[in-house]
Amino acid sequence: MLNAKLTASALAIIAVSATAAAARDQVQVAGSSTVLPYASIVAELFGENFDFPTPVVESGGSSAGLKRFCEGVGENTIDIANASRAIREKEIKACADAGVTDIIEVQIGYDGIVFASQIDGPAFTAFEPADIFNALSDQVLVDGQIVDNPYTQWADFNADLPAVDIIAFPPGTKHGTREVFEEKVILAGCEATGAMQAMIDGGMSEDDAEDACMNLRADGRSVDIDGDYTETLARIDANPDGVGIFGLAFYENNQDKLKVGTMSGIAPSTATIASGEYPVSRPLFFYIKGAHIGVIPGLKEFASFFVADEIAGPDGPLAQYGLVADPELVKTQMAVENEETMGSGS
Amino acid sequence: MTDATHGMSEPRQKTSLTAADARTAARNRAEKRFQYYGIAAIIAGGVFLVLLLTAILSNGIPAFQRATVNIEFTLTQEQFDEAEGTMLKTKVYTGFFIDALTAQLTESGIETEFDNKRIERLLGKVGGTIRAHYRENPQDIGQPTRFELPASSRVDRYFKGTFDRSGIGDGNRFIMPGDLDFADDLRAAGILTQSFDWNFITGVDTGVDNAGQAGIGASVLGSFMMMIVVLVLSLPIGVAASIYLEEFAPKNRFTDLIEVNISNLAAVPSIVFGILGLAVFIQFMGLSQSAPLVGGLVLTLMTLPTIIISTRASLKAVPPSIREAALGIGASKMQAVFHHVLPLAMPGILTGTIIGLAQALGETAPLLLIGMVGFVARYPETFLQGFEGPNSAMPAQIYNWASRSDAVFTEKAWGGIIILLIFLLSMNILAIILRRRFERRW
Repeated sequence: MLNAKLTASALAIIAVSATAAAARDQVQVAGSSTVLPYASIVAELFGENFDFPTPVVESGGSSAGLKRFCEGVGENTIDIANASRAIREKEIKACADAGVTDIIEVQIGYDGIVFASQIDGPAFTAFEPADIFNALSDQVLVDGQIVDNPYTQWADFNADLPAVDIIAFPPGTKHGTREVFEEKVILAGCEATGAMQAMIDGGMSEDDAEDACMNLRADGRSVDIDGDYTETLARIDANPDGVGIFGLAFYENNQDKLKVGTMSGIAPSTATIASGEYPVSRPLFFYIKGAHIGVIPGLKEFASFFVADEIAGPDGPLAQYGLVADPELVKTQMAVENEETMGSGS
Repeated sequence: MTDATHGMSEPRQKTSLTAADARTAARNRAEKRFQYYGIAAIIAGGVFLVLLLTAILSNGIPAFQRATVNIEFTLTQEQFDEAEGTMLKTKVYTGFFIDALTAQLTESGIETEFDNKRIERLLGKVGGTIRAHYRENPQDIGQPTRFELPASSRVDRYFKGTFDRSGIGDGNRFIMPGDLDFADDLRAAGILTQSFDWNFITGVDTGVDNAGQAGIGASVLGSFMMMIVVLVLSLPIGVAASIYLEEFAPKNRFTDLIEVNISNLAAVPSIVFGILGLAVFIQFMGLSQSAPLVGGLVLTLMTLPTIIISTRASLKAVPPSIREAALGIGASKMQAVFHHVLPLAMPGILTGTIIGLAQALGETAPLLLIGMVGFVARYPETFLQGFEGPNSAMPAQIYNWASRSDAVFTEKAWGGIIILLIFLLSMNILAIILRRRFERRW
């Protein structure tokens, strides 16, 4: 008994020391949960079509991914960070402090954000940013006065919308989607209703007015969803009057359960998003650690494969799943090919 | 006082052995009531268990079935060379397969109209499987080979009756109502069939657009490797620590402090161990990310307190007379412990260890931080790589699938729960068998 235990412990110690010496043979990716589905599609295809092992892709959010990306250079740090927003100055600085300097920025395409409700529920088929603002903001403009949001039904401010109780499920603040939602819908609505101007006239600075616009009501009619879109879908399933906010790809995969609303009269689709007609969309990125190219096998090949026409182009599997292809993909392909780092021109 | 004065004048109440008096009756009623409460509690627990199991089974069992396309397909040497010469090889193989299928269908005289696009919408991602087959079996090139390839997830759900066709229109990119009629025809012709999905048990994770081929196999192996690490490290360390603390250590403030700390550690949220693992094992010691070895080390830290506490309890439960008898006939303290006390405490130690392992098996939070929750789609190639190569774990895989947009993945998540429960059940059965074998009465 004792001998068996000693042998087992010795084995464990050998295993530990062997690991420290082994080199990593697969690309390691982490970051945005919006980019994760696309990255997993590309990773699988990469493993199927090349002799490199399938890359490992983790999620956790854009900020968390970039934070890990900026931890330093070496095999125990990630090679690629996925992000549903551009890297910030602060993050570039943090990267530089840790020795991560040659960062290659790659834009893979666009993601649309749609407003959808239960397929059997009331007809929410046409939204304006102003409607969403009036429904969800903490303070709105009524008869020229800024007041605490008095509305309880959608029809209260827009007779075209159904007369049902307001309940909406916007993404929580840790999501990249939230930022786009605030900027392109809530702020636009704030300006369109004149609430923003009224606040500035009331003595607020422009920045304060923007912040005030983006405060959502806290009386239970706007419920932040911190989890994934599946959680939003579950809420919508349980709530016929609920309006949820989803990524285009998620909505398209669940068309048998969801009904989408137009924004400013434009229906969301890959075509309207690529042309810029549909107002609520954002670019998706990944960032490559230049210092790992040539060290981690398959890193550059993976990046080139990701942005190739056959993958990220309008007929590729990513577009098929719901990514809106970038019309300037050729430029991105060149940048990856030439390993153009950020701040090196172009 | 009042009793004393009045008691004498009134006749004493008669009691009978056959008729219970009021107080006895009340006590009996209270006991009956308490029994009913107990039974109600058991029934409530049972109802919850039944609800849970029904939910898991009804949602999870469909995951073990999948719709497949069964045809004989011949790939020529020229086609093989042509496909291998391109970058996106799997797409070219898919194209060949669709052409072959179209030819066969035209021949068989299916009435519904169809084109390549329609077939494409019915098929899952097949290119990868076809390429892998011909790369491994080059002798099959030029020979008719029977393939059983997954249909698209919409068709899969349609056959299982979980897809509502009223919600889709003709403009849908993924499936159109006409496609489903066509699928019915193919099903009648025996080309589309439903069969048991072995791939779900043996396969690896797949991309989000390839639900038909996703399997939990690799993550079962990942969990198994972690359990080996946890067992090999935490059992000897935990048992050695408890024997010392229980049998040899002097009782003083220092050992009291250790004792308090161990009890506290058992209650620390598991995510804390994940942060520790990231800082110590990955950033400081330089072990690789996403590796079951690191996962195992983190879970070892989590399991140790449980094992130490249960081992000490079972050592304490061994009657002192056994120690004293051993010492009395001249055994050294170590001999007394190892020859007499430890074997008697073994059933308790094993039970504690298995409970600790079961707890570790279901843990996801610490794995989140060491990179085991994510898309890991490969089997390790060697035994050693099973520890140090990237892999996922069952709960992580389930969590991952549950958050994907394709409803087939949600179904697979439920199916994964069934596999996890089977894994847990077999561990518990093992614990019971071991306990029976070692059990000794005194």
